[in-house]
Amino acid sequence: MTRIDRQATFLMLPSYVMLAVTFIVPLMWFFVRTLLIDASPAALPGTILSVATSRPMLIATVATIWISLLVTGISLLLGYPLAYYLANHGGPRFTLVIFCVIVPYFTSVIVRTYSWMVLLGRNGIVNQALARLGVIDEPLPLLYNKFAIVVGMAYVLLPYMVLTLYAAMKAIDPVLLRAARALGAGGAYVFRRVYLPLSLHGVISGALIVFILSIGFFITPSLMGGPSDVMIAMLIERSVEITLDWQTATVMSLFLLAVTLLLYAVYYRVTDIRRLVGG
Amino acid sequence: MRGTVELRGAVKRFGEERAVDGIDVTVGAGEFFSLIGPSGSGKTTTLMMLAGFAALDEGRLLVDGVDITAAPPQRRGFGVVFQNYAIFPHLNVFENVAFPLRARGKTDREVRERVGWALDLVQLSGFAERFSRQLSGGQQQRVAIARAIVFEPSIVLMDEPLGALDKNLRYDMQMEIKDIQRRLGMTVIYVTHDQEEAMNMSDRLAILNHGRIEQIGVPLEVYERPANRFVGRFLGEANLVPGSLARVAGGEAVVRAADGREYRARARPGVAVGAEVVLFARPERIALSAAGADAAADGSNRAEGRVYRRSFLGGMMRCVVEIAPELRLTVDIPNVGHARIPEIDERVGLAWAVADSLILPG
Repeated sequence: MTRIDRQATFLMLPSYVMLAVTFIVPLMWFFVRTLLIDASPAALPGTILSVATSRPMLIATVATIWISLLVTGISLLLGYPLAYYLANHGGPRFTLVIFCVIVPYFTSVIVRTYSWMVLLGRNGIVNQALARLGVIDEPLPLLYNKFAIVVGMAYVLLPYMVLTLYAAMKAIDPVLLRAARALGAGGAYVFRRVYLPLSLHGVISGALIVFILSIGFFITPSLMGGPSDVMIAMLIERSVEITLDWQTATVMSLFLLAVTLLLYAVYYRVTDIRRLVGG
Repeated sequence: MRGTVELRGAVKRFGEERAVDGIDVTVGAGEFFSLIGPSGSGKTTTLMMLAGFAALDEGRLLVDGVDITAAPPQRRGFGVVFQNYAIFPHLNVFENVAFPLRARGKTDREVRERVGWALDLVQLSGFAERFSRQLSGGQQQRVAIARAIVFEPSIVLMDEPLGALDKNLRYDMQMEIKDIQRRLGMTVIYVTHDQEEAMNMSDRLAILNHGRIEQIGVPLEVYERPANRFVGRFLGEANLVPGSLARVAGGEAVVRAADGREYRARARPGVAVGAEVVLFARPERIALSAAGADAAADGSNRAEGRVYRRSFLGGMMRCVVEIAPELRLTVDIPNVGHARIPEIDERVGLAWAVADSLILPG
């Protein structure tokens, strides 16, 4: 270890302590207490199995994965062109767009979710506008369903996608694009064979970040979803608050944590590969 | 034979500044042509105009007589080698070299054949599966060259391709590029700021300064007979002695230098007696003699002074001799066994032939 490395470790120490005291230790204590102390350790496998195969858990898992995939796909479709624009423009236009991306990022999730509820409600702005234009007679059911959840979450998570993609695109050497064109490739071919592959690690990282954040989402789906749209995080909250079934909540939390850590490991590998490719 | 490039009255402005300020040049088919100049002289901008990445604000670009001023880069059909190679990091050597072929929709069989041929030519046959990060600078350079010639373009543009290589490797690569160019009979337009490189490789070169061409010619001619002080100083070492033209007689011009002495040079038409001029002589054309020797009967130029500085450059000893206050001449003594090397502060005589002296406009 060099002197710089040792100093860096020393500087990280307060953060490590903080993380351990406020996150890792309480989490471990929560798991240990509910699964091993309150209940008998022998009953543990049975508890896990019954929670994992319970109907609400299965439905919530499917809904969570489905919604998270939709949110990831939509943020990618919206985020890629936005990030491309940011990576290829400077000056006031860049400032304006990055401002529009960043400001929501620093605004409370609740505020943003309520804004969407104002827009999408039965008498919301969207329905009123459509009715006035004569497009619809009856208000569209835009709120309290999966559609609303996906719209709200995609909006909240879009900045993560855009910023990740932007960083990846900014790292692409413009000379490579010039070289491709000089060697006879048209715009679409350059994009397909050079730009897209070189930004691909950003696509994967961005998608993983958005997916990881999606599967644990709570506020937006619980405010904007309907009675049948229950995601895992909401199920955990119900177990703790309403049914007071801490064991079920613990097993579900463990499950969510495991999936998150697994995806994070993949994410880590991807960023590592990026360094290898040097792109 | 295809491969003629003609730039007529090319101008490129960046805001107020004219980066390229009226360049006219015709490069013949199969010619190795270099654009050289200090940084900011417009040489890279000129090359980017040729490649299609900088639009001409004025003027026209013709290739084999066809106007391609408005053609986008991918339609120009040039091979291009970029500074720092621009190897695609996500593709291996084979796919990098195959890129121009695939972009042109060649069949897999053709691609394999052509890439094999190009990799052979640059001696990288065993490296097809490697990625750029697994290659040395010289190998990356070869990949860039193979990629630029694989589709057999008649014209290849090169932007300081050897700038990142160390000196010995650079010289070897110069020879290799030159060999490939001659074997394939292609036109190469080559940008460099290294004058030795340009002189070594080029059939002709153009020296640029402030977006204009100062002189075009074969390297030897430009070196021996620079058009002005800038060219004289840019291409190799030059002695430039300011003075005024005293008289012209029998094909010889006599310059009265600032130190009061008179030096003779080959006459130059169009310079009036009394005009401010500069006497020009290359350091390797000046010989040392013992101090106090008589004015030579052969009528060569003579001067006397004190050795001010010496630098050993391997093949030669470069001496700076002060012949008058603030007036110093550089003399290159070839490092041959019998040459006597003067000490610092030693008084020495200098002599050089009238035929080796030029007058340049002041």
